[in-house]
Amino acid sequence: MDFITLIDKSVLIVIIFAVSLVTAMYSTYGERKIAAFFQDRLGPTNAGPWGLLQPLADGGKLFMKEEIIPDQANKALFILGPSIAMLTACMTSAVIPWGKDLYFFDHNIVLQVADVNIGLLYVFGVVSLGVYGALIGGWASNNKFSLMGAIRAASQNISYELAMGLSIISIIMLTGSLSLRDIVEQQAGFNWNIWYQPLAFLIFFVCALAETNRAPFDLPECETELVGGYHTEYSSMKLGFYLFAEYINMFISAAVISALFFGGYNFPFMNSIGLSSNAIALLGVGFFFIKILFFIFLFMWVRWTIPRFRYDQLMKLGWEILIPLSIVNIIITGLVILIKEGSLF
Amino acid sequence: MQPTHIPIDYLPIFMQFIFAFGFVATTILATHFLGPKRAGKSKLEAFECGIESVGNARSPFSIKYFLTAILFVLFDIEVIFMYPWAVNFRELGLQGFVAMLIFISLLLVGFLYEIRRKALDWE
Repeated sequence: MDFITLIDKSVLIVIIFAVSLVTAMYSTYGERKIAAFFQDRLGPTNAGPWGLLQPLADGGKLFMKEEIIPDQANKALFILGPSIAMLTACMTSAVIPWGKDLYFFDHNIVLQVADVNIGLLYVFGVVSLGVYGALIGGWASNNKFSLMGAIRAASQNISYELAMGLSIISIIMLTGSLSLRDIVEQQAGFNWNIWYQPLAFLIFFVCALAETNRAPFDLPECETELVGGYHTEYSSMKLGFYLFAEYINMFISAAVISALFFGGYNFPFMNSIGLSSNAIALLGVGFFFIKILFFIFLFMWVRWTIPRFRYDQLMKLGWEILIPLSIVNIIITGLVILIKEGSLF
Repeated sequence: MQPTHIPIDYLPIFMQFIFAFGFVATTILATHFLGPKRAGKSKLEAFECGIESVGNARSPFSIKYFLTAILFVLFDIEVIFMYPWAVNFRELGLQGFVAMLIFISLLLVGFLYEIRRKALDWE
């Protein structure tokens, strides 16, 4: 890896970081506006035109707030919890392919931080580390509500991780690779995986809702029962990290869903409109972001439409419905591929 | 076969880690110095909806959560076994598929047992 590539990568890391932070910030604004629309209200209007500066005001407020660490809490772990949550949220974006390569004066820029052949496995690994954020923070607070929220979050995340892991096996069987770049490349044009794997998409989407602790799966912070769940005791930017990590995770989940099932940066007729390869690459990035924003909107739409589950219903859905369904999906996919290749009959 | 992926590919991930770590550490430190500090005895108590807090949160909780965690470990390892198989699915062909069917049915026997024993029922 030469020096220029390293500079490329550093710039790319900073850009992706900034983009995910800004998207997460404006998702909070979007969420409030969308909630307001669903409930026939106006939402934030005072800070800036149409309330557009609201996220900045919120961020600034969180920075200036008093930081409270309860007497009974375990101080080191109390700080470690939200840090882990934020750190893992920021790490997942490394393997996502944002677009085709750009060429400038026989130097090509790869719009992906790291194209490793275990891409998907890396995403799952980092996401499962995120459980520690909630668990450590909730336990360290030494508060009963936090503890309940934390263990709920942990059991919920690990349960849905199983169904999530199983649901994408059928995608891997189709593409024969774990690299997200390969998976996206195989969906060129309009040949998206969603046409072949609608069930896997459905399972994956439900699990993504549960993994990001979004309603109707927001049992860990269920405010009617648990005050604020695992972040009851948190204040200042440590609380901000937990909330922010949720929105970044939402952004990343939307990106992974678009990459796995909706062709990532591919768009229909991309090879027949006769543009230069750089233009197609940039258009692709645009389309990728449109897809991501659509899925973020879908996440919010679901949140403001469907009421929260009961905890036993949630566990039942994860273990007794989604896991068997995804196993059935794997078997059907296997059969169909074998029949198409003619090795079955 | 030539190894197409080498450890240096992971260097950017490490760079991103350093960057994210720096961001988190700076923010935590910055808020530590920026915010006001007015500590009080009742402010630093664990929050319990405004009533006097009772006892300590280091208390036992439902065994169900522990059971779920154990089952997760078992199943997750089995799921991980399926990844290499799925990547090589086309090369392994029918033989690999039958082998995986046997593996899945063994997994399902355990799964059924777990359901029948009501390990997943939360009353």
